[in-house]
Amino acid sequence: MEAKNLTTKERLQIPPVAMPEQDPRERVRNVSEVPIGYDAAMALTESQRCLQCKNAPCVKGCPVEIDIPAFIKAIVEGKYRDSINKIKETNILPAVCGRVCPQEEQCQKGCVVGKAHKDVDKAVQIGKLERFAADWEMERGEAEVPVIKASTGKRVAVVGSGPAGLTVAADVRREGHEVTVFEALHRPGGVLIYGIPEFRLPKRIVMREVRNLERMGVTVRTNYVVGKTATIDELFDEGFDAVFVATGAGLPLFMRIPGENLNGVYSANEYLTRANLMAAYSFPESDTPIARARNVAVFGGGNVAMDAARTALRLGAENVYLIYRRSKAEMPARVEEVHHAEQEGVQMMLLQNPIRLIGDDDGWVREVECIKMELGEPDASGRRRPVPIEGSEFRVAIDACIVAIGNASNPLVPATTPDIAVNKWGNIVADEETLKTSKKGVYAGGDIVLGAATVILAMGQGRKAAHAINEFLASGAW
Amino acid sequence: MNKILEKEFITPFVFRMKVEAPEIARKRKAGQFIILRTCDAGERIPLTIADGNADEGWIELVVQVVGKTTKQLSALGPGQEICDLAGPLGKPTHIEFFGTVVIVGGGIGIAPSHPIAQAMKRAGNRVISILGGRTKDLVIMEEKMRATSDRVVVTTDDGSYGIKGLVTDAIQKLVDEGEKINLVVAIGPPIMMKFVSLLTKKFDIPTLVSLNTIMVDGTGMCGACRVTVGDQTKFVCVDGPEFDGHKVDFDEMMKRLRAYESDEKTSRERYEQGCCGKHR
Repeated sequence: MEAKNLTTKERLQIPPVAMPEQDPRERVRNVSEVPIGYDAAMALTESQRCLQCKNAPCVKGCPVEIDIPAFIKAIVEGKYRDSINKIKETNILPAVCGRVCPQEEQCQKGCVVGKAHKDVDKAVQIGKLERFAADWEMERGEAEVPVIKASTGKRVAVVGSGPAGLTVAADVRREGHEVTVFEALHRPGGVLIYGIPEFRLPKRIVMREVRNLERMGVTVRTNYVVGKTATIDELFDEGFDAVFVATGAGLPLFMRIPGENLNGVYSANEYLTRANLMAAYSFPESDTPIARARNVAVFGGGNVAMDAARTALRLGAENVYLIYRRSKAEMPARVEEVHHAEQEGVQMMLLQNPIRLIGDDDGWVREVECIKMELGEPDASGRRRPVPIEGSEFRVAIDACIVAIGNASNPLVPATTPDIAVNKWGNIVADEETLKTSKKGVYAGGDIVLGAATVILAMGQGRKAAHAINEFLASGAW
Repeated sequence: MNKILEKEFITPFVFRMKVEAPEIARKRKAGQFIILRTCDAGERIPLTIADGNADEGWIELVVQVVGKTTKQLSALGPGQEICDLAGPLGKPTHIEFFGTVVIVGGGIGIAPSHPIAQAMKRAGNRVISILGGRTKDLVIMEEKMRATSDRVVVTTDDGSYGIKGLVTDAIQKLVDEGEKINLVVAIGPPIMMKFVSLLTKKFDIPTLVSLNTIMVDGTGMCGACRVTVGDQTKFVCVDGPEFDGHKVDFDEMMKRLRAYESDEKTSRERYEQGCCGKHR
């Protein structure tokens, strides 16, 4: 097909190109990535579905406003280098975002092609094309280091090396400021490393992005717990001119039901951190253990719950039950993640809620008692409120369970920097446009501000914050 | 990477290690801990800081060889480096003038109780230290504790040194002597802290215990370290490590400490057979 000759009608007739995936029966026995990626022919076909709309509703749906028509046009023309460079003008982590962004709620939601078919699933597969361009560059070795402006002598501290922190580091460094990223754990990447599993986001991608930052001249300090190793005020004393706080959600919520401190009961954070960051799936080659359970229950219905459930399968569980108190329609997880989980054999137990965990004499969890639920009137979130059905209690035999009902905000920075205002949930209060906090020179973004959100929203905040920090450092005006 | 400056075995299974860590040394206060890893495949384990010097930029750890990580750490010496070291973590001990403070250190727990004894002494308290060990050789750091205490009582299980008996016997004796105790700080094996707390509750003496639970990140992110204190679940890493001993559910904590017992054994055996864990 010759791209330029296609009419709109012809473009609309091209069906969306599915991305090949590892077979579900095979992939539950490995930790390799599930979707394999487009080849050049697939990318060409998919990119030809784009109508190159002038008003580009896709761009408006993107938190970092990637020039989507332009990068797709470059793929049609086979100019992959131009394509990836176009993306990287506004997004420093395209290989990450192409994999983990909820495109169906963002760029692809407004896509005219999807609208024409009255089906968002038939929108141009922007995320998959983004991944194609990013992977193309990755296969060619090191990325091009962007132009760094002459040194300003100003110093910026970035607290946390997750998606928000990495974005700020790149955008501030490009302006010629000196940047140090402080990471509490022994490896940088934040949730991209400890949280999102290898089969959804290979760690080599994250490590490569961090290396790219270092090649840009950004200093990354691991094992540095801001709030403990040094406070924000001490960072200013050491000569930093601005600080960006992006410490993440990072304080797991539990259900407050009896038995929750039994052995084998994990927060999703702990389970995923053991499995991902600490490589517990290769125990005893790696030292960190994790319960090798046959029957695992996961409580929750978000993306993290899906990650935990799919991880449990890969750690050898025979039965993984995902227990969620509402119905499938209310699940906050991406449709694609739910689909992948079901394909792999995760058993969905909907409209059911755990009320008690029962253990043995050694303190290990052995059963979960649940109650059936029905949907009542809509609650504050607009979703129908789940109401327990009296007398419907039942038990399920388990030997591990994972609580994936969300996170509160991490207290380390707010607790040691009282002049940074927080809201009643402990999230740092930051201006929507500039991400300024109540403390001069301190900005904040990502989950510490948003609560538990997404990688791309964190990056979107990072971009805005970096812009504001660059202005602040240039003008000195707060 | 943090360079090891000194290492010395003080009992057959306990060693002290002085490590270069200027930033931690500058910030650390009594009661705080670090998390370390000994190699790239290593586990993250918490260890309480036993001493430190901000001017010279070092901290000291006193470590008992228990599992693979502590075994591997014990094999390192001056000039070598610790792969990862982060801290100081946890809340510092609340130090003020209480009056008479009894510091109870059991076995390896004597090491972390030393900086607390020092700080309590500096705050003007009368400090009585009770040092307990199974046998004479396991009563460590006696000289250092004497230097910072108004009175020292030693107990050994086998009677090879000091009073024959447990640290609780020594507390009972102090009470019997009419000693007015305003605060007890107990650090040692969980079972010791449990029985100290049970005893002091009887006499209504406020009691702090320092918990050393399983941790992964040590910054509040994972919740592996949770304990029941009163009717609440607390995270030892960010809410502790010190809690009101009268409210801690020690039985639950001891079960949680045993969660990975067989895996820990596997790791250690593999290491001893030379299977893995090469220091990088």
